[in-house]
Amino acid sequence: MTTSPTGSPADRAADLQDERLIRTEGVRGAVLAFQQRVRGGDLGSLPVIIGLVVIWVIFQILNPNFLSSNNLVNLTLQCAAVGTISIGIVLVLLLGQIDLSVGSVSGLAAAILGVGLTQLGWPVLLAVVVALVVGAAIGFLYGLLFTRFGVPSFVITLAGLLAFLGLQLKVLGPNGSINLPYDSWIVQFAQATFLPPWAAYGLAVLAAAAVFYTDIRRASRRRKAGLSTGAISVTLIKSIALLVLLVIVVAYLATDRGLGAMFLLFVVLVVVMNFFLTRTKWGRSVFAVGGSVEAARRAGIRVNRVYISVFILTSTFAALGGLLASARLTSASLSSGGGDTNLNAIAAAVIGGTSLFGGRGSAYSALLGILVIQSISNGLTLLNLDSSIRYMITGAVLLLAVIIDSLSRRSRASHGQA
Amino acid sequence: MTTESAVAPTAGSVREPVLSLKGVSKGFGAVRALTDINLDIHAGEVVAIVGDNGAGKSTLVKILAGVHPQDSGTITFDGQVVSIPTPTASRALGIATVFQDLALCDNLDVVSNLFLGREITHGTLDEEEMEQRAWSLLRQLSAKIPSVRIAVASLSGGQRQTVAIARSLIGEPSVVILDEPTAALGVAQTAEVLNLIERLRERGLGVLIISHNMADVQAVADRVVVLRLGRNNGDFHVADVSYEEIISAITGATDNVVTRRASAHAVAAAADAHDAAAPPVGRATPDAVGPTLGTATVDEPLPDNATGADTPDDGSKEIR
Repeated sequence: MTTSPTGSPADRAADLQDERLIRTEGVRGAVLAFQQRVRGGDLGSLPVIIGLVVIWVIFQILNPNFLSSNNLVNLTLQCAAVGTISIGIVLVLLLGQIDLSVGSVSGLAAAILGVGLTQLGWPVLLAVVVALVVGAAIGFLYGLLFTRFGVPSFVITLAGLLAFLGLQLKVLGPNGSINLPYDSWIVQFAQATFLPPWAAYGLAVLAAAAVFYTDIRRASRRRKAGLSTGAISVTLIKSIALLVLLVIVVAYLATDRGLGAMFLLFVVLVVVMNFFLTRTKWGRSVFAVGGSVEAARRAGIRVNRVYISVFILTSTFAALGGLLASARLTSASLSSGGGDTNLNAIAAAVIGGTSLFGGRGSAYSALLGILVIQSISNGLTLLNLDSSIRYMITGAVLLLAVIIDSLSRRSRASHGQA
Repeated sequence: MTTESAVAPTAGSVREPVLSLKGVSKGFGAVRALTDINLDIHAGEVVAIVGDNGAGKSTLVKILAGVHPQDSGTITFDGQVVSIPTPTASRALGIATVFQDLALCDNLDVVSNLFLGREITHGTLDEEEMEQRAWSLLRQLSAKIPSVRIAVASLSGGQRQTVAIARSLIGEPSVVILDEPTAALGVAQTAEVLNLIERLRERGLGVLIISHNMADVQAVADRVVVLRLGRNNGDFHVADVSYEEIISAITGATDNVVTRRASAHAVAAAADAHDAAAPPVGRATPDAVGPTLGTATVDEPLPDNATGADTPDDGSKEIR
C-alpha cells in the first residue's frame, strides 16, 4: 500500500522519486509532516482551535453554566445567522477584497421578510426568495462597479453600507419594527426545529463515513495514477476521531434540545462551500485571483466573472444570514443587521484563519471563527458583563487574529513559503 | 551546453517556417515602434531576438502574444495568414508566451499553477490526473522540482522559470516565446534554463527567446535576429557570427561604446607592452560588417548616443 522509501527510484511512486525528499511513512509520517507545517508558519486552524479551547476553559471556570448543554445549544443557534454571513466574507476575503455592507444587506433582507409577511401578505417562500434575489442583485451591482470602474471594494461597500441601511429603514416604514408571525415555518425552523437524536447520530455516522470514503477513493485513484498514497491507518484514525467527536457533541446536545436545524443548515453550507472552493474549477480560480490577479488573467481565467460571482455570493449569504437572524428573533427592526453584525462576520472569517491578504483560507474558518466570537459574547453575557466590555474583548481578539495572520505570513516568508 | 554547430533543421528556407512575419509594423501614437519587421521561425529552431532597450523586442513579443495587434503586415502560422487579436487567440494558435514576470500564483502549488485555466475536470477537479501529467511533463524536461504539491512561492528562481516554461507546454504549442528567461537567474539556474530551451528544440518546437545576454544567446540560439530602432538590423546564424558583429548590429555602428571600450583596453595593453604610440585603431573591428547585413538599415551617426537615441520608442516599454 505504501511504497518503501529505500526502493530504487523506479519502484517508487511518481511523486516520490526525487532523492531530496525527506519522507516518513504511516502515522508517524503524518504527525511529523504536521509538525513541520506548523513550524513553517502554515498554522491552518491550529491557533483558532487552541484559542477556542482556552476560551471555553476560562469561561467554564468563571461560570459553571457555560459548558452546560443548554447553553451550548443556545451557542449553536447564536452562531448560525452571523456564521452564514461570514461564509460570504470568507469568499470575498479569498479574493483579497472586502464587503463592509453585509450587516446592512442582512438588515434589508430581514426588513423585506417582515414587510412581505405582515403588510403584503406574501407567503413565506416568496418573501424569502425576494430577499435572497435582492441580496444577489446587490452583489451583482457591487461586482459591476468593481470590475467596470475599478473602484476599490472597500469604498463601494462602505457606500453600500449606508445606502442599504437607508433602504432598510425605508422598507420598514414609520413603525421601525415588525414582529414576524410566530407560526410561520421560517420562525419555527430557526427557533424550534431540532433534529431527533437518531437523525443526528445518523448524520454523524454519515459524515465520518463520507470522510473515510473520499479518502479511500482518492487513495485508489492516486495508486492508479502511479502516485503515492497516505497510510490507510491515518485515514482510519481520522475518520474514527471525527466520528467520536461528532457523536460526543450530538450526545451532549441531545441532553438538552439537541442539534438545531438552523445550525445544521449553517454547517451544511460551510461544507458545500468548502467543496466548491477546493474541488471545482471555479474555486481554483477564486484562489488564483486572490493570489495574483495578473497571473490568473494571463492563464485565461475570466477574472471579472470570478469577482462578480463572489460579490453575488457574499451578498446572498448576507441576505440569508439576515433572514435567519430575524427568524430567530421573530422580528425585523431598525436594529436588524446593525450593531456588531458587520464586524462579527468579518472578524469571524479572519479569526477562523482566512487571510486578509487574499488567496489563503477555507470555508471552515467561518465555522471556527464564529464559534470563537459567539463563545466570547455568550460567556461575557453569562457573566453579566456589560456590552462595552464585550465589544472591547471582541476587538482585542480580532486584533490578535490579524497579528497571528501577519506573523504566520512572515514566518512563511522566512521559510520560503510566502 | 554549447550549441551544436549543426543547425540542421533550419538549413536554408527549404522548409516552411512555422511562424513567419512579413512587413509587420506597429505604431503607438507618433512613435513607430516597429517598421517592416520580417521574421521566420522554423520548427526545431531556437531564434534569439536581440536589440538595445527600445529596439522593439517586447512590442514584437506582445504582437505575437496577442496583447496588441499589428498595424500592418502579415503573420503566417503553419502556412496560414492569421490575425492574433487576443491572448486567447495566440494560445489557440499554438503560440505560448512566457513573460518575464512569469505570472505564477505564489499561493498555489505547482500542479495548480501548471494547469491554471486549463484544469482537467470530470465535474470536479481531477487532481490525480493533473498530478500525474505534471510529473511526466516535468520529467520530460528533466526539471529538478522535488514535489509538485508545494506552493510555488517556495521554489527557487530557476525552478519558477521551469514551472512557467512547463506551463506553456501544457497546451501543446508549436512555438514558445520566452521573454528574458535568464535575466534574474544565477549561473547554475541559467544553465538549467538553457538546457530546458535545448530540450524544447529537441521536441521540435520553434523557440523565440528575447535576451540581453550574448553569452546565453550564443550558447543556445541557432539564429540571432537583431532589431534596432524598430527595424530588422541583421539576421545571423550563430555558428558564423562573432560577438563583435552582433554588438555592432545592435548598436548600429562599428564605432560604439562597446568597441571603443574594447579598443581603449587594447591601446592601454599595447602601451604597456611597448611604449610605442600606435594610433588607436579599433581592435579587430571589421568595417564591413554590422549595418550592411541588415535590411533597410537606418544609420544615424550617433555613436555617442547609441542608447539614448532609442528613447522616442517609449511605446514598447520593456517589461522589467
